[in-house]
Amino acid sequence: MSDILNSLIEILGKRGVSNSPEELWYYSMDPGVLDPHLPEFVVAPKTTEEVQKIVRLANREKIPIVPMGNGMSLTGLVIPLKGGIVMDMKRMNKIVEVNPVARYVVVEGGTSQGMLKAYLQEHHPGLRHSLPDAPAATTIAANVSLHGQGRLTQQYGFNSDMVTGLEVVLPTGEICRIGSPSVGPYWFSKGPSLPDLSGLFLGWLGTTGVITKVGLMLYPNKKIRDVELFVTDRADLIPEMLYRLTHLEMLEDINVWFQPKPLMFEDNFHITIYFAGDDDEEIEFKRKKLWNTMQGYIDSRDGGFMSVQYIKASLLEMPQRSIADFADVPKGGGFEYSGPIVTIDRFPLYAAKLVELARKYRLLYAGAARLISGGHMMMFAISFAFNRDDRDMMRRVKEALEEATEFALAEGGIPWKPNFAEQRMILDKMEPATRSLYRMIKKNLDPQGIMNPGNWEVN
Amino acid sequence: MELVHNIQHADIVHRCFRCGYCKFPSDYSDFNCPSYKAFGWDTYSPGGRMWLIRGWMEGEIKTNSHFAEIMYACTACDNCKNQCVFPRFRDFLPEIFEETRAELVNEGFVPPPVRDYFKAVTINGNPYKLPQERRGDWAAGTGIQKFSGHEYLLYIGSVGAWDEIGQKMTRSVARVLIKAGVSVGILADEETCDGNDVKAMGETGLFKQLATDNIIKFKEKGIVKIITLDPHAYNAFKKDYPPLGADFQVFHHTQIMAELLKEKRITPSTYPVTVTYHDPCYLGRHNAIYGPPRDILKAIPGLALVEMRQSGVNGFCCGGGGGNFFTDILGSGEDSPGRVRVRQALQTGASVIAVACPNCAKMLCDAVKAEGLEEILRVQGIAEIIEQASL
Amino acid sequence: MNDLQFSENVCLTCPTADCMMKCQYIRFGSIKEAHGEMMKVVRGEDSRILSECVTCYACEEYCRRGNHPYLLIGERREEKGLLSAPRPIAKQWINLTRMQGKQFICQVNDTALSCCLLPELMVLATGEIFNGVSQAVVFGAEFMCPAVHSHFSKMSVIRERLPLVIENFRKLGVKEVIFMHDECYGTFTSIAPAYCYELPFRPIYYMDFLLERLTQLKDRIKPLNIRAAYQRPCSNRLIPDKLPLVKQILDLIGVELPERTYQGENSLCCGEVFKATSGYQLVADVQGRNISDMLASGADYCVFNCPACQVSLSEKVKKEGLKPVHLVDLCKIAIGEKRREEFL
Repeated sequence: MSDILNSLIEILGKRGVSNSPEELWYYSMDPGVLDPHLPEFVVAPKTTEEVQKIVRLANREKIPIVPMGNGMSLTGLVIPLKGGIVMDMKRMNKIVEVNPVARYVVVEGGTSQGMLKAYLQEHHPGLRHSLPDAPAATTIAANVSLHGQGRLTQQYGFNSDMVTGLEVVLPTGEICRIGSPSVGPYWFSKGPSLPDLSGLFLGWLGTTGVITKVGLMLYPNKKIRDVELFVTDRADLIPEMLYRLTHLEMLEDINVWFQPKPLMFEDNFHITIYFAGDDDEEIEFKRKKLWNTMQGYIDSRDGGFMSVQYIKASLLEMPQRSIADFADVPKGGGFEYSGPIVTIDRFPLYAAKLVELARKYRLLYAGAARLISGGHMMMFAISFAFNRDDRDMMRRVKEALEEATEFALAEGGIPWKPNFAEQRMILDKMEPATRSLYRMIKKNLDPQGIMNPGNWEVN
Repeated sequence: MELVHNIQHADIVHRCFRCGYCKFPSDYSDFNCPSYKAFGWDTYSPGGRMWLIRGWMEGEIKTNSHFAEIMYACTACDNCKNQCVFPRFRDFLPEIFEETRAELVNEGFVPPPVRDYFKAVTINGNPYKLPQERRGDWAAGTGIQKFSGHEYLLYIGSVGAWDEIGQKMTRSVARVLIKAGVSVGILADEETCDGNDVKAMGETGLFKQLATDNIIKFKEKGIVKIITLDPHAYNAFKKDYPPLGADFQVFHHTQIMAELLKEKRITPSTYPVTVTYHDPCYLGRHNAIYGPPRDILKAIPGLALVEMRQSGVNGFCCGGGGGNFFTDILGSGEDSPGRVRVRQALQTGASVIAVACPNCAKMLCDAVKAEGLEEILRVQGIAEIIEQASL
Repeated sequence: MNDLQFSENVCLTCPTADCMMKCQYIRFGSIKEAHGEMMKVVRGEDSRILSECVTCYACEEYCRRGNHPYLLIGERREEKGLLSAPRPIAKQWINLTRMQGKQFICQVNDTALSCCLLPELMVLATGEIFNGVSQAVVFGAEFMCPAVHSHFSKMSVIRERLPLVIENFRKLGVKEVIFMHDECYGTFTSIAPAYCYELPFRPIYYMDFLLERLTQLKDRIKPLNIRAAYQRPCSNRLIPDKLPLVKQILDLIGVELPERTYQGENSLCCGEVFKATSGYQLVADVQGRNISDMLASGADYCVFNCPACQVSLSEKVKKEGLKPVHLVDLCKIAIGEKRREEFL
């Protein structure tokens, strides 16, 4: 083993490798409820070439590699299930290029969402990216590799749909560019008009290679953002409400959420509606359209716009820091959610299931749905907060989430960023021919099975 | 669960979500935790430390030199306290780190440079292992006298008294105060360490002794008002001495000088230079004094003040806090806080980094050299700038 | 539970039907028609009033014969299950204002200073003007007047909670309570007697207190020499006799109140409630007319009394070039405790 350590030090220098018990212990877990697994080494490369050398070494020695951003999936996607090397990508955080007219940015694989936001704000205030509400430390590459969502997902699809090119170190060590950067210097298309090979990496949770660069679409950053909050107590009306709102085609982001605490939120569903404009005229026009769209529900007394002034600043914050607050409600520093991707007509079904699970497992819940791609689908988060000091509560959360995933699969939904056990459930349910295709791709890309093993494994 | 190691706030350590907000400034433009910036492992971030402390309390992590190094790499800069998303809980982060270091001291397991520091302060009354009788040597030629019924005591602290760069700052402060006609004296050879960093490093017993001795000494001499050169001493006098019986009025020298300027007792002529001001953590975040040093700089004719992106409440530590000035656990590599800070200053186009703390002065001077920027950037104390403008 | 005291005969013999004829939101062709509709409400029959009332409180003021048309409309709506606001909004308010034992009581002796459930009021009730009473603050749902639920026709919540709030004040053992919110003072001096609740304390309106203090501090007042439009809150309709205090206070600190269309009895709602109850059109119309009128009057400040109005309108008046400020803050500026620039 010391040979491996020496080789890693040779590649990265002493400050780029650790096998100290502290780092191994910390990188053996994530903030979720899954059991830890110790890695043998933690490494932190600074260049693609270093990543390549590490991957070659690992491929030769058949050592697992787990690429990691900030490790915030909560579903254990960076827990080294089979030991090996955890590769912390956060030192590769350069913003390589912004093409302001073609509206794309190229970043290194460990660049955080927060840093890109700050960079654009300073250098390109007219541009923005689809910032998720995950903490600012989460990385762009990790986010697209698990089909993350963000503030502009309602309008433009998954954040992974916004990728405009990738640089990937394949499990066998080749550095490979995907999309337009594979044939020229510009990072404007991840696939079209070529066959879209980005699908070999996006959604694969680091099992098919290490993403070292990401090209990402940027969007107009309008001068004013505003938000309205519509409340209703009828889950059954929500699909129709969402359908009407998305018909407007002018809303930046739509989230639906419900939670029993604090008390003022009890028994209601809240639809947070974000919109943007370059001047008051545009904002007022959009506000009027969206209010009028909901007028029928106000008249029927099934819903209304609530006063938003007191929480406006928090709602408009990006990322919305108050989301992490949920983890502290039971004064215990944890929450985790199962977030299946489902159609919007299923909202009442999942809402009811969440309440049922919370009751059954005696847990504090929050439900949240984010619309994707103009209402073609949504991510429905079944969230439970837990006290990290209460092992029994953590076990109950785990069981509740498993049941939530089973339910989602039975209802035809697709679990989002599934943990290894949920991945197995998905693969079991998958059509055999599709499953074989998965196996074929994985086997060919990663013949030694070194990339994030234990995940997306088809036996 | 029975804890292997215990600290006062053991019951809340598990509440950290390790979300990572703690390592940023409020606009997320760069990492703002000095030890995370220097080492780049999550374990060296505040959240990492919190999780390790929990693992250590529960016996999953053993006390060892690497664990101790991680704990002592914290510069006690307080950035995490401002950035953590959990209200109330976040107020205790720096305390939890300090309590852990205190427990390491209790267990006799501190990194060698920390041990050496405690030893030197205990034996010599200063960390430089230099004879106390020469502590006031810096004052020669400044016109400042030993304290004897003056209105103010000017308390220097070890760095300002012994370090070459620190002394430069000290002499300027003394000269400016004397020139403005302030009734002020020093303790010279009778001055001993204020203990701020001793406390930050967890030697609570030694701190208590130093503080108690100082309080008795100050009272015996009839000291009522204290001007500190150093924000570290200011912090200790202001926050940690009162519970031990102190009731002095404490000022940082920039507060006094800002007033003197207002009263026109200091009348700088001109200093045509572009300056960026580096907030010392113990003046800024710890004590919310952001205005006076800037007021002084803005009052100097010809001087243009430009801010670094990470300034004020988001100021990036020079790397010298929490005892790191003496222990050098963060090192002097490319990502060491001092060098990072100097590069941030360079970006503003300033040719002077104004400082209000002798530790920052020394850290940043060294960093300017390490970055090879001596021709472009100078580090100057606020009082040195006032003097320069008065030439 | 105490019932609303309402005299059918007083209505029956009313020659003017002012309550409805003056209504700014429901239009009637004649006194006869208005009177007829109101009598339907009185008799418990269906009336267009029950569906069209926007809950602006004004009819409480328009009725000069001592009846409580606004409260009655609320009662009748609730009896008939007619909702004046969306159900989830009413629910939210009931939850938001529920007593959870999170009240805040400072050092209260004979006098309490009630800040309702509005934290802004605690900030306002400080400084020289409130010297001597600011330490007697009580705050929280436990001390909140429940009148807001009338907007949602949840009169049963008022009937249920009002005696509890009165009891909470009684437990404090105070002799007098200064109310920082019109709605509270209005509730205890108008709604409580309408439902036959007796008070164990003497209610004091904060503007009475303010006027007295300013008179004492007269030497410190530097006239502001500004012109302001006053945003009268809905609950001031419960206590119209207190309206002149605004002018008296503003006179004292050198603030001119230029004539405007929507003042006094004709005041327009801030629109905050309409947002929840009616939809975009009404909010835009009422706020638009109100702000245009403020501008036309030549005012450069918009003075608020109720923090809810202030939250609702501040941003909008600011965009139009008016400076939004609370009456108390204006007084603080006048005595030199605050700087004008803070409100620019």
